[in-house]
Amino acid sequence: MAFRIISPKNVQMIMKAIFWAAGITTIVILLIIIGYVLFKGLPVINLDFLFSEPIDSGRSGGIFPMIISSAYVTLIALLVAAPLGVGAAVYLAEYSGETTAVKIIRFGAETLASIPSIVFGLFGLAFFVIYLGMGWSVLSGGLTLALMALPTILAASEVSIESVNKSYSEGSLALGATKWQTVYQVVIPAALPGITTGVILGMARAIAEAAAILYTVGAALAIPISLLDPARPLPLHLYIIATEGISMENAYGTAAVLVILILVITITTNTLLDRYTKKMMGR
Amino acid sequence: MEYRIEVENLNVYFDELRVLKDVNIKIRKNIVTALIGPSGCGKSTFIRILNRMNDLIDTFRMDGGVLLDGEDIYDPKVDVVDLRKRVGMVFQKPNPFPKSVFDNVAYGLRVHGLTDKDALGERVEESLKAAALWDEVKDKLDKSALGLSGGQQQRLCIARTIAVEPEVILMDEPCSALDPISTTKIEDLIHKLKKEYTIIIVTHNMQQATRVSKYTAFFLHGEIIESGTTDQIFVEPRDKRTEDYITGRFG
Amino acid sequence: MTKSKNEFIIEKGLLITALSSIVIIALIIIFIFIEGLPAMESYGPINFIFGLDWSPSDNQFGVFPMIIGSLGITALSLLMAVPLGLFCAMFLAEVAPNSMRKILKPTIQTLAGIPSVVYGFFGLIILVPIMREQFGGTGFSMLTASIILTVMILPIIISVSEDALRSVPHEYKEASLALGATHWQTIKNVIFPAAIPGIITSIILGMGRAIGETLAIIMVAGNVVQIPHSIFDPVRALTSNIAIEMGYATGIHYNALFATGIVLFLMIIILLIFANYLHYKKKVTIGGGYL
Ligand SMILES: Nc1ncnc2c1ncn2[C@@H]1O[C@H](COP(=O)(O)OP(=O)(O)OP(=O)(O)O)[C@@H](O)[C@H]1O
Ligand SMILES: [Mg+2]
Repeated sequence: MAFRIISPKNVQMIMKAIFWAAGITTIVILLIIIGYVLFKGLPVINLDFLFSEPIDSGRSGGIFPMIISSAYVTLIALLVAAPLGVGAAVYLAEYSGETTAVKIIRFGAETLASIPSIVFGLFGLAFFVIYLGMGWSVLSGGLTLALMALPTILAASEVSIESVNKSYSEGSLALGATKWQTVYQVVIPAALPGITTGVILGMARAIAEAAAILYTVGAALAIPISLLDPARPLPLHLYIIATEGISMENAYGTAAVLVILILVITITTNTLLDRYTKKMMGR
Repeated sequence: MEYRIEVENLNVYFDELRVLKDVNIKIRKNIVTALIGPSGCGKSTFIRILNRMNDLIDTFRMDGGVLLDGEDIYDPKVDVVDLRKRVGMVFQKPNPFPKSVFDNVAYGLRVHGLTDKDALGERVEESLKAAALWDEVKDKLDKSALGLSGGQQQRLCIARTIAVEPEVILMDEPCSALDPISTTKIEDLIHKLKKEYTIIIVTHNMQQATRVSKYTAFFLHGEIIESGTTDQIFVEPRDKRTEDYITGRFG
Repeated sequence: MTKSKNEFIIEKGLLITALSSIVIIALIIIFIFIEGLPAMESYGPINFIFGLDWSPSDNQFGVFPMIIGSLGITALSLLMAVPLGLFCAMFLAEVAPNSMRKILKPTIQTLAGIPSVVYGFFGLIILVPIMREQFGGTGFSMLTASIILTVMILPIIISVSEDALRSVPHEYKEASLALGATHWQTIKNVIFPAAIPGIITSIILGMGRAIGETLAIIMVAGNVVQIPHSIFDPVRALTSNIAIEMGYATGIHYNALFATGIVLFLMIIILLIFANYLHYKKKVTIGGGYL
């Protein structure tokens, strides 16, 4: 028997303490960041801040145009990325075998998911802004964000479609439903929680992104109306007023709005998914 | 015509594996035919030939003739979707869709183009009654079907199948996942349904075969060893292997 | 036969959506390279990648200090995030009581969702002054950037590793416990080794995210083009280089920034090939799973 300074039981105790410490550290980190941002930012937020335009390039006034800009580019991104991503996921999960073509498609999607956002930004600048002549606009920004959201939506949807119980589609086909009827009326509804999660993840990515739109959306302070107007979504606004030292107070407010948005999205998605799944499973 | 289904020299392969060998059988109209045989002998494969569910398997190949009402169902001109509407199937494990009870039964009707609400409601009720399930579910038609008991789920699957009015109903061990009481209910249901439908049932339960079927075929290693009336097969089997199997002297 | 015609059209439509990823990737590669290659050619690819001077006004385009900056920040943040993340993942998968898990999971989701600019802002306001007081200098440094990045890559490392730990068959664990091993011995000797491919994948994913992060780093790293001598020196990352200078770049300078993008792109591709080689099929959850 080898000589041991610390018995396995004591090691077990120590490790358990380390595990707990790691878990609690993570929670504390979040609490500090969120807590600080909200502590400093919440007092800034009021109806006036949310619904008025910035004054003196953001030194005072509100962030209404930025909220609209964020909503605008995110909507464009989702309108493009959600159908493409879900469609591709359906194809990969239900229609294709494991052919070489499919492997290439999947590698393409994976690569797309891994490209740094600033490279998306470069591409958006070269392609949408300059080559297609869309200029610095919500359209250029939204389309750039769509490319970023696409792989997120695709992968989450594909996984959830693939995990739908095969007996459902067999049951449907055996009733004489066509392939598409089966996919559309049985498989997709069963996979809906996962697909929704994917779309929301894509949305969250689009709302939070700034680097990709730095050189595609412009930085205009006015409310964007047409698709070709330049705009300034919230993260970009925060970046500009924080790094240029324009107004720390408004920066806190903007950061708090972003954090609240992410919190709301996370919490509602979790509860809705929970409810939908329970209802579907008859509980 | 006396026969609903005629199978001639059927061979089925998965890749190089020959799963069914020179199968010949004729299945009569509006009668219950039972398929028995040890595990892995090809019963499911055979039953899935009849509604072309095997087409979904990449490695599947077959030759031989499979006639439904005298027409070859593997003819390239045949629409598989139409065929499956005519030949319904109930699976071993109840597999209702994760939808409401009503939508489960209405599903097949809807995909075949019935949209009128009243007509749908009527047909759903009829089918649930025919499947002896109506009384138990009439108050929870809009609840998820996955909340029903296993036996109820299986009867729902039968209701779903008869709603589209097939000619043939294939049942692959429909009671193997159920308790004795639910099993009795399904057997009663089969008795009721056989007047209108041609039913083919796979079962591992010898008593069940004698209780529900008029004709029986015994499969072994992908071949039909013997087929005939259920009475004859169980009382005076001609083949030694059949006798061994039904008397339980066999894997 | 309109039904089957419909089916055919739908299938082809879906195929087109599936091909869109490939088309997009191809377009990105084409446009980045069209804009970036001229700079690499005229300056020489070797000079571009290994050159020590980046001075656009003198037509000097060497990105080596930025490569070192990116890699340094990434390595340092992995050094902090991997141990913390792995312990946290083991905690979640093996030790944590249900109540704790219910708090930690949304915590990780939220950490993953917070915009990187908010992290950068937090670093700028809180961390930079602290670093200045503790270690002198400006407070903008490689270390400051790494600390912020640590928090940002933590969710990916935790969620992917936890998933990998969880998918280790239960029997392994029971077999080990039944032999009288303690829970920690079981984790260390049985569960952890079996989950290694997934854990390495999680680290690669974290690495990819760290290399690709832009604005949060700009806000705290100091952005001086130099090869750092200590972790308290300010550095500039490849990504920052693009974001900082694209606003006013013209001519060959503009192309050189796209060329910087090419370098970034290639680094990510190398990581991807490595990840693919590991063959770990990751689940996508809220909380990451992506480079
Ligand atoms: N998709 C498939 N690919 C390859 N081989 C298969 C496939 N499906 C079935 N088989 C093989 O075909 C043979 C017959 O299988 P089948 O499922 O028809 O048997 P069975 O009589 O229904 O058995 P059980 O009573 O267990 O349900 C088996 O040897 C099985 O391994
Ligand atoms: Mg079977």
